[in-house]
Amino acid sequence: MKINEIVRLIKGTVLSGSESLENEVKIAFASDLMSDVLTVKIDNLLLLTGLVNLQAIRTAEMSDINCIIFVRNKKVTEEMIRIARENKMIIIQSPYSMFKVSGILYNAGIKPVF
Amino acid sequence: MTTEKMHFEYPVEGGNFSKAGYPSSQVKKTLKQLNVDGNVIKRTVVALYEAEVNIVAHAYKGVIFIDIDTKKIIIKLVDEGPGIPDIKKAMEIGYSTATPEVREMGFGAGMGLSNMNNNSDKLTITSEVGKGTNVEIINYFPS
Repeated sequence: MKINEIVRLIKGTVLSGSESLENEVKIAFASDLMSDVLTVKIDNLLLLTGLVNLQAIRTAEMSDINCIIFVRNKKVTEEMIRIARENKMIIIQSPYSMFKVSGILYNAGIKPVF
Repeated sequence: MTTEKMHFEYPVEGGNFSKAGYPSSQVKKTLKQLNVDGNVIKRTVVALYEAEVNIVAHAYKGVIFIDIDTKKIIIKLVDEGPGIPDIKKAMEIGYSTATPEVREMGFGAGMGLSNMNNNSDKLTITSEVGKGTNVEIINYFPS
């Protein structure tokens, strides 16, 4: 599924990487536990998280994750956006909960890791 | 890839999560420039990042030493901190002594050391209680 379609479905706001919204993702992982994210070996993963801090961006960087959705419209800092841009990462904010975003994306055909 | 040997050092501050990840990020950029295999880069920086977060989470301060040659990367993380009394127990999935603050950062679930092990070709941990911990990660580049 194209990322711009995902943005539309979850009423997302794109904070970084708006030039890459034609990219496709097939698999998503939802977690607030970065240690768990770091164990996933799949590249080009879509990450859903409610953990809004710099370590979420760094974890994505190390795991070759190119797209993060931060749920519940939590405040994303300038520093997070700067490092995301440096890594050509797409950052999307959604007003919906993790459960709702997961449900919408699952329903739309995005696959789970496990 | 260059035949030159490369050496880098990065200081790490205990407790300062705002800077955690910078050394791992720099190592990732360097390995990419050297055209190292993408899978090896990911394994290396995941292991390094976990180890770096451990210094930030548990130690007072530390230094990361990186040595790269044509065949491998050697990462040494040397910290001054409380040390690990029982390394075997610390390697168990789910065992953690992390504080609530560390858990709020998305870590401290007792998964780090085993994940470091899974992402290293060779992992050596030595520790002295009350002094600190030394971690050595070696990953080989495919020929």
